[in-house]
Amino acid sequence: MSRWMLWAGLSLLVAALFLASLLTGPAGLGPWNEIPALFGRGDELIAMVMREIRLPRAILGLLLGASLGLAGAAVQGFLRNPLAEPGLIGTSASAALGAVLAIQTGFAAALPLGLPLAALAGATVSVLLILLLAGSRGGALPLILAGIAISALAGAMTSLVLNLSPNPFAANEIIFWMMGSLADRSMLHVWMTLPFFGVGAPLLLATGRGLDTLTLGEDAAASMGVRMTRLRLALIFGVAALVGSATAVAGAVGFVGLVVPHLLRRAAGARPSRLLVASALGGAAMVLAADIAVRVIAPGRDLKLGVLTALVGAPFFLHLIWRTRSQGA
Amino acid sequence: MVRRLTLAGCIALGLGLPVAAEPPQRVVSMNLCTDQLAMLLAAPGQLLSVSYLARDPQSSTMAAEAMAYPVNHGLAEEIYRLKPDLVLAGAYTTQATVAMLRRLDIPVAIFPPEADFDGIRGNLRRMGELLGRETEAGAQIAAFDAGLAALTDEIASRPRAALYQANGYTTGDDSLAGRIMLAAGLDNIAAEVGLTGGGVLALEQLVLANPDLLIRGRRYAGASRSEEILDHPAVTALAERAGEAVIEDQEWVCGTPHVLAAIARLREARLQLEDGS
Repeated sequence: MSRWMLWAGLSLLVAALFLASLLTGPAGLGPWNEIPALFGRGDELIAMVMREIRLPRAILGLLLGASLGLAGAAVQGFLRNPLAEPGLIGTSASAALGAVLAIQTGFAAALPLGLPLAALAGATVSVLLILLLAGSRGGALPLILAGIAISALAGAMTSLVLNLSPNPFAANEIIFWMMGSLADRSMLHVWMTLPFFGVGAPLLLATGRGLDTLTLGEDAAASMGVRMTRLRLALIFGVAALVGSATAVAGAVGFVGLVVPHLLRRAAGARPSRLLVASALGGAAMVLAADIAVRVIAPGRDLKLGVLTALVGAPFFLHLIWRTRSQGA
Repeated sequence: MVRRLTLAGCIALGLGLPVAAEPPQRVVSMNLCTDQLAMLLAAPGQLLSVSYLARDPQSSTMAAEAMAYPVNHGLAEEIYRLKPDLVLAGAYTTQATVAMLRRLDIPVAIFPPEADFDGIRGNLRRMGELLGRETEAGAQIAAFDAGLAALTDEIASRPRAALYQANGYTTGDDSLAGRIMLAAGLDNIAAEVGLTGGGVLALEQLVLANPDLLIRGRRYAGASRSEEILDHPAVTALAERAGEAVIEDQEWVCGTPHVLAAIARLREARLQLEDGS
């Protein structure tokens, strides 16, 4: 399949799911009311629902999915490890810890971009730790072990901070930060996420050629003129910006960055540079679909996004481990 | 011992005390709501300890009074050390402690949460009987009824009100909060979306219901994501369009005569709404 056909097909899928997300909600107003209201025509209350509640939710689903898919594909390309994924290597959990600290210390309220910045800082620390502990020569086992340790530590710290909070609601939020949800977000959250997406996505997309060369091995890539330090920095900050800002508004959603690159790898011709764009689109489609599903399956219960992505992703992950094991043996 | 067991049995079955029994002299309460009922009715020296929540002004309407009592945390060990002859507990909390105290032959009286005004009268009456303070209980009930009557108006059209709390939680007519709204002369929009007890009101349902009065939950100390929804642009826009009231949680978390303060506050908001229109 040509790369343009793949991208066009995925874009169409994302557009259809975006529209479906806009038209899904507990109020059940009917598309003939909802679509004009999106452009400010018709009933004022329906316009409010469409523009202030449904639109930000759909946009954030798109941004969250694209961020996770892109970050997953980039990390897998850089580490040349099919098991790498922001959720599994602890980046999402560390970003959530940063966000929780920002909310509880008041940093998030004091600074307009305080929340995503703190989450970005948390994500950066975890990516640095992973590169230090597992590196690109480390193989699958150190990567997964380091990821488990970082996830567990960040998760425990998040629980601790929320348990110590004087606010009676804080402790109940542990599940949101571990599983993620897009319920009741507003355009403020979109404006909060967009600048980081605008910086992070181009940074990662620009690593494409470097990642292609890297498939030949680190030494070969260096001899072919790939500047490894620059590539590494772009990767760290790109992943941290995308995962950090997405997690700050939606919580930690796992497995998207693992499943999507795998499903698309063959279609993208096993070239990391092509896989990056395809995974961003595929991730957006997966999260939009999951966010529609949580509203259809259990309306009014705020079923968490991460529950659905884990239901799909965890068996997939086990299958991958099985395959890696039989290859290694 | 036998007498004590019978006493425990009677209380556990929800029966009154045997007529000849003397009122308990060492009463310990370990539930926020029984704390307040007991503080209202107990004779001087009769109540030994209340729960630590009773001193928290965000949960308790009698935080100042509670400063006069040592507090407990609902742990069997600390309760047992006080050698109580009656322990007061709520229906849902500290069940393990209650079971342990009963094994130690300490009489425990369980109070169900008050779901309506009759529940308040019933719990006041029962607390009076348990503590041997029937006269005081009768006086409190009479004062409550008088206060309630004074706040009840003849209303031609009832404004539609929405109660919106952290995480989008609301309560319908079949709850104490719902009864308070009804008594204040308000219709609860929770009924329109089919909620009778507590439940989550989706933000878009709130916006479409377009209530005349928005009652937002009060913020707590420290920040939380759950309370963020109260500042959602759609909620802010609704608050600007409709009338607004804030409810202090301690006024209706427990069914005590202090719910009258919540009714008065909501009634005031309703009267302002009528003046404005």
